[in-house]
Amino acid sequence: MTDAILPNVASAPASATKSRSLLEVDSHTRRRNAAETRFRFYGIGAVLIGLFFLVALLWAILSNGLTAFMQTSISIDLHLDKAAIESAEKSVVKTSKYNEMIGAALEEKLTAAHIETGMPVKDLMKILSSGAASTVRAFVLDNPDKYGSTVPFDLLASSRVDGYLKDRVTREALANDKNLDAAHLDIVDAMIKAGVIAKTFNWSFVFGSDASDSRPEQAGIGVSMLGSLYMMLVVLVLSLPIGVAASIYLEEFAPKNRWTDVIEVNIANLAAVPSIVFGILGLAAFIQFAHLPQSAPIVGGLVLTLMTLPTIIISTRAALKAVPPSIRSAALGIGASKMQSVFHHVLPLAMPGILTGTIIGLAQALGETAPLLLIGMVGFIASNYPAGVADGFFSPNSAMPAQIYEWAKRADPAFYERAWGGIIILLVVLMSMNILAILLRRKFERRW
Amino acid sequence: MPLSLLFASCLLIAALAFLMGRGKAFKSAGGDIRKLHSLPGYYGWNSALMVLLPSMAALVIWLAVQPLVINSSVSQMISTQSVEASSLDLIMSDVRRVAEGLNKAVEAGAMTEAEVSGATAESMNVRERLGAVGVALGSDVSNETLQAAQSYRDLSATSGLLRTIAVLALALGGLVFGVVRTNKDFRARNTVERVILGLLIAAASIAILTTVGIVFSLIFNTVEFFKLYPAADFFFGLTWSPSFGGGSDLGILPLIWATLYISLIALAVSVPVGLFAAIYLSEYAAPLVRSVAKPLLEVLAGIPTIVYGLFALLTVGPLLVDIFGSNGVLHLGWMQGGTAVMTAGLVMGIMLIPFVSSLSDDIINAVPQAMRDGSLGLGATHSETVKQVILPAALPGIVGAILLAASRAIGETMIVVLGAGAAARLSMNPFDAMTTVTAKIVSQLTGDADFASPEALVAFALGMTLFVMTLGLNVIALYIVRKYREQYE
Repeated sequence: MTDAILPNVASAPASATKSRSLLEVDSHTRRRNAAETRFRFYGIGAVLIGLFFLVALLWAILSNGLTAFMQTSISIDLHLDKAAIESAEKSVVKTSKYNEMIGAALEEKLTAAHIETGMPVKDLMKILSSGAASTVRAFVLDNPDKYGSTVPFDLLASSRVDGYLKDRVTREALANDKNLDAAHLDIVDAMIKAGVIAKTFNWSFVFGSDASDSRPEQAGIGVSMLGSLYMMLVVLVLSLPIGVAASIYLEEFAPKNRWTDVIEVNIANLAAVPSIVFGILGLAAFIQFAHLPQSAPIVGGLVLTLMTLPTIIISTRAALKAVPPSIRSAALGIGASKMQSVFHHVLPLAMPGILTGTIIGLAQALGETAPLLLIGMVGFIASNYPAGVADGFFSPNSAMPAQIYEWAKRADPAFYERAWGGIIILLVVLMSMNILAILLRRKFERRW
Repeated sequence: MPLSLLFASCLLIAALAFLMGRGKAFKSAGGDIRKLHSLPGYYGWNSALMVLLPSMAALVIWLAVQPLVINSSVSQMISTQSVEASSLDLIMSDVRRVAEGLNKAVEAGAMTEAEVSGATAESMNVRERLGAVGVALGSDVSNETLQAAQSYRDLSATSGLLRTIAVLALALGGLVFGVVRTNKDFRARNTVERVILGLLIAAASIAILTTVGIVFSLIFNTVEFFKLYPAADFFFGLTWSPSFGGGSDLGILPLIWATLYISLIALAVSVPVGLFAAIYLSEYAAPLVRSVAKPLLEVLAGIPTIVYGLFALLTVGPLLVDIFGSNGVLHLGWMQGGTAVMTAGLVMGIMLIPFVSSLSDDIINAVPQAMRDGSLGLGATHSETVKQVILPAALPGIVGAILLAASRAIGETMIVVLGAGAAARLSMNPFDAMTTVTAKIVSQLTGDADFASPEALVAFALGMTLFVMTLGLNVIALYIVRKYREQYE
């Protein structure tokens, strides 16, 4: 009987599906495996898309911004005639007399290099930056002992000429341009051959001050870097002690009650409030109500402090939590008070974590722009270095991201190059802060 | 006495108090440290704190209250006619300016003290005299303003003197009190620790204070705005066209629409990419790949938003025009300019990828390993495990992460200011330029707008709307995330 049934049992499934061997893959399994592979590729695709965006962003920044670090300048030899300088200083528009002197020197230089210009000096001067005369004047006033001698000057070329040397400006684009003609570019070509005009590293972009709308070639980010530095000092001095004190209270002393719950929820929510809202707070509280000066780094620092506090509190609490309870018990066990156990033992052990969190918080604050717009840190041309430390905190200044925004808004495309260049500097600063944080963590991190 | 000097002298007295307190404690114990209740430093700190706390508190309160008191007493001198002619704020700022100018003139030696207090608008051309010391005034000074400025100066000087006396008296009083109280049995450590605990609590309360500050500064100005402009028109108006001359339409709906539209596009980019990246990195990737790719993706999160804004304005916008513009590759003519909802949304999506991926990564990692093992043991493939076990288990957390990302997108400012355009518009075309709530807050409040006009005050109402929206999203998201985390802990 059993023999009669067995063949039936064996043959029934065999007829339903062709093979049931584990060694052969059936269509259902194949479908499932295909879905598996597809799913995995979606994942790889997503990671690659993310990385592609990162590369695209970095490429855009570097390809557009690196040129800002080179600047075209024209070397001329200027004879500082004492009589000419004195008459220039007596006239009403002092720079126009200097312009005449520079024009003559430029023409002389071109003749010496055997370059035929065929245009009046006034037109020729368009090759030079309109700030050239004031550069020369500043030098002359600083060096009265050089009167009567011939001094070599490297004067900035105008932004269009600079753009031509950097392939940003083409002859076709100049057709409707009233600042420069194609004829100028022919002269510039000849000047390049003669070595009169050259690109050099642009220190004045890194350390210089911002310039007005018409002189992009002179604009630099130095003053706003200093503004950012002052703001960061305010943020550091206020947010580190306050943040650490708040975290110590919440982590070590706070009883579990409704009040501390409210504070905790509050901090979590504050960390997610849009930064522009902090700008509104700063405008209303510090400028409208407390009458602090507009555009001053102290106000920017205060606003950014309030914005950074939640970040610092969250990371400090994590650092305090990571210190094992046995440390506290040991301190209490040998007779320390609760306060002594925290300040003498827990806090020093948590310090590396706290510092790392603080640096990351500072980096975040340094790149923040939106609140600065509301307290008036744009629309202001940061053209002078502050006179002293107090002045640095209280007199109007710009900040790095605000300066970049300011340049991005201006009409002349030459400022875009500056904006990208500013971003490179900003990112380098941020990167060094983050690397410092990582190094600190590596060096001092303790696994308990 | 100038502020810095006053502050420095308080510090000096505190240092003196420290030394005296510690010395006295030692002396009362006969130089034997074992007889002291606390360590000697605590006696010193106790005395120093007794000096610093009251004097600094008095100084801060004085600095906050003094301008209010002086302003209100001086503004009573100004007649109602002149208040009607311009505004009280403007007159008061004139008064302050003249007073500062007079101070400067006395400092520079251009005027004598007697000249300043005896001056009337008839006897002296104040504008000219102040111009000579470098204080430029917009108009000639009326007699009333001059008198107000004189009394402003007098009051400031008197109050400055009183401030110095009060602060120094408190500091010295604290010194005497602290040192007299010190003896070997005094519980100095407990006192000092109580004070420190108070300071810690005060620091923790600053977070609350910030929120209160935000809410108050928004509410007061919003109420002010609704007095000038009907709330119904603001919330349900379909046009946004502010004009500082008056007669502006300030309807919020076009702004809300653009904000949501841009956020939607941003989420459509960031959620799939971020989520799949998180799944791949936490479930599939080899440790080496994970340790390289994860930090690289997180670099995107560390880049300031101004960089993304510039990227949108100068790179992505022109690129999209090249594709979808009228002269573009596809000849579609959908896009007029580089700034558009699509530009801003796309770039914002890029910004949010690491945000979504690292939050989802945490949540996926929190799903217990036992659930994975169980599913794999039953014969499910890895992707089936992810789709049918891990994702459903992680779903509430992922929803929370998406809500947090949405709140980020709604509150993002720089990308939309630079990338989305400036004209408010209700349109379905994602290639149109539109403008958002945050962009309009910036544009209404930058520049020298006067805070009394509805065109400037509307920014506070917009800020209030934004704050309520993002706060709502955050509260829900944090609640979901926290609730979910507890589930598996």
